[in-house]
Amino acid sequence: MAGLATSLGSGSMTNSIAEIAAMGPGDCMVVIGSNTTECHPIIGLAMLEAKRRGAALVVIDPREIDLARRADVWLRLTPGTDVTLLSALARTIVDEGLADTAFIDGRTEGFAAFCQSLAAFAPEAAAGVCGVAADDIRRAARIIGRAANAAFYYTMGVTQHVTGTDNVLAVSNLALVTGNLGRPRTGVNPLRGQNNVQGSCDMGALPNVLTGYRSVADDAVRRTFEAAWGVALPALPGLTIPKMLDGAHHGTVRGLFVFGENPMRSDPDIAHVERCLKAAEFLAVQDIFLTETAALADVVLPGASFAEKDGTFASTERRVQRVRRAIAPVGGSRPDWVILADLLARLGRPERYESAEAVFDEMRRLTPTYAGMTYARLEHGGLQWPCPDENHPGTPILHVGRFARGLGKFVPLAARCRAEPPDADYPLTLSTGRVVAHYHTGTMTRRCFGLAGVAPEELAEVHPDAAARYGVTDGEQMTVRTRRGQVTVRAAVTRRVPPGMVFMTFHFTESPANALTTAEADPVAGTPSLKACAAAIGNVQCSEETR
Amino acid sequence: MQRINTTCPYCGVGCSLTLGVADGRIVSADPGPAPSVNGPALCSKGRYGFDFVTHADRLKTPLIRSRGRLVPASWDDALALVADSLGTLAAAHGPQCVGGLSSARCTIEENYLFQKLFRAGLGSNNVDHCARL
Repeated sequence: MAGLATSLGSGSMTNSIAEIAAMGPGDCMVVIGSNTTECHPIIGLAMLEAKRRGAALVVIDPREIDLARRADVWLRLTPGTDVTLLSALARTIVDEGLADTAFIDGRTEGFAAFCQSLAAFAPEAAAGVCGVAADDIRRAARIIGRAANAAFYYTMGVTQHVTGTDNVLAVSNLALVTGNLGRPRTGVNPLRGQNNVQGSCDMGALPNVLTGYRSVADDAVRRTFEAAWGVALPALPGLTIPKMLDGAHHGTVRGLFVFGENPMRSDPDIAHVERCLKAAEFLAVQDIFLTETAALADVVLPGASFAEKDGTFASTERRVQRVRRAIAPVGGSRPDWVILADLLARLGRPERYESAEAVFDEMRRLTPTYAGMTYARLEHGGLQWPCPDENHPGTPILHVGRFARGLGKFVPLAARCRAEPPDADYPLTLSTGRVVAHYHTGTMTRRCFGLAGVAPEELAEVHPDAAARYGVTDGEQMTVRTRRGQVTVRAAVTRRVPPGMVFMTFHFTESPANALTTAEADPVAGTPSLKACAAAIGNVQCSEETR
Repeated sequence: MQRINTTCPYCGVGCSLTLGVADGRIVSADPGPAPSVNGPALCSKGRYGFDFVTHADRLKTPLIRSRGRLVPASWDDALALVADSLGTLAAAHGPQCVGGLSSARCTIEENYLFQKLFRAGLGSNNVDHCARL
């Protein structure tokens, strides 16, 4: 988000999902660090159908994901070399005269400095760094550069690196140099992994902004909210989750309230997370299950699932849609908005809410991008923000004619080192992700009969060469070790991963991948390097003998 | 059987769902009415991912830690303890000593209230959520 806010002025998906269904000959999809068919299956399906109709597909991913098998060009990059590869694509496009000069002249700034920065990224040089063939870089660049429309899709494979913000900027540079923004079937499209992560960001569930991405440090913004809420608001940005956890560890943060989130399995280096949560003087957890995090709490508040309450979610394409109560709250649980409204009242606040809709109406009056949305207007298919007034149809495509920041900004980049490169003790790279049957820490999907049975346990992917070298057998238990910890897990020996990679999901509490991952993070966005840390694997018997 | 149109609780695609409800339980999930991003399709999670809602493991009462164990408590006691504990810590040590992790699974309304709870209720900008995971 930080990356796109810099280059385009908005950190959200620029275009709409439905555009994929209109793609065909002359169009190109570029999928980077996104296992779309597993993690966003309905979008993955649309991509496969577009490919069948004749759209081109370029895939950039270290793993041989389903989309890679169907790609016109699959660039199997070495983890952490995204900036080099994406910059080499941009350089080739410029060198071969495929840049959109009219777009660059009319709508962007910083192109000259960007071109100078590309000197370091000749295809041959990049090929060595990234572990791909220079000719494949050229082939991909020509497909992208010659396409009438190219749309870029990415997820955590781009962001969950210590260079995550630079990686996003490299994608943005590529879209700018080819003029693929501000019209249908183009765009820089981060696909959000959770149902309402877009809405959480929109609502200012972030330490530096109020609703609609307006800075807490901006006096005028704060005055608006202070007038509406009748209270003075703090101007200093707050702490991100990793800093709050560290603060608990160091005693500067004493009270934590974890709402519908399971950092004891979802966050990197869970031994550290546990130390931090236990160090807090007071921990409240609001959830629907007694998660590994709730088990550490001083107070647990039972919230309600999506099926037991009214409200709205914002999808990855900025579309706000209704969530409707289907059944009564289970047991003595309560809709989460009711619980939070009660806590506000107990803290002496005057507001009382009769319904989720009343909360929405208060919010939209304070949020220009949501101002035109009402529950009545959301009734049929929802609306995409910005939607500034009640006659506005919503905004399927951002940056049409003008970028949110005015001109699109090229950002010169330099290649930087990834987190924790492999070494003699930890010669492999651990990367984490998801499978289609499960969601996050598995608290929901592992309690669903039809999903738990499909993927009942972790199957950690290891390349046959690594398996042979370290005595690991397909289908047998193996150990995976990093500097943070060790887990025992069943091995799936497969060429889907490159020779130096071990791949695990974070769905399984009995073999928690985040016991292994590093909390080392991108310095701008704070996103941890969950896609790359150094690891070692071993045969279970050998590991036990040496311990 | 009642049929309720809603939005899928899993990934960020935002598929439209129609839940079938009988005897207070969800018995089916189908693609919801047009217009929708998913048309006639749902993935495995959308189609088969609703058992958790009425799973026996659901928390049914608030819990308060007493002599090291989490034991059932009344809503009034649990809510009072949360409000008093966070409010007292913020008053005694400054609002920057409390923090909240909001939820990307929960609604827009709930995220709005959660950040309002920390900013307007406790005076702290220490609010964040798991967007990075």
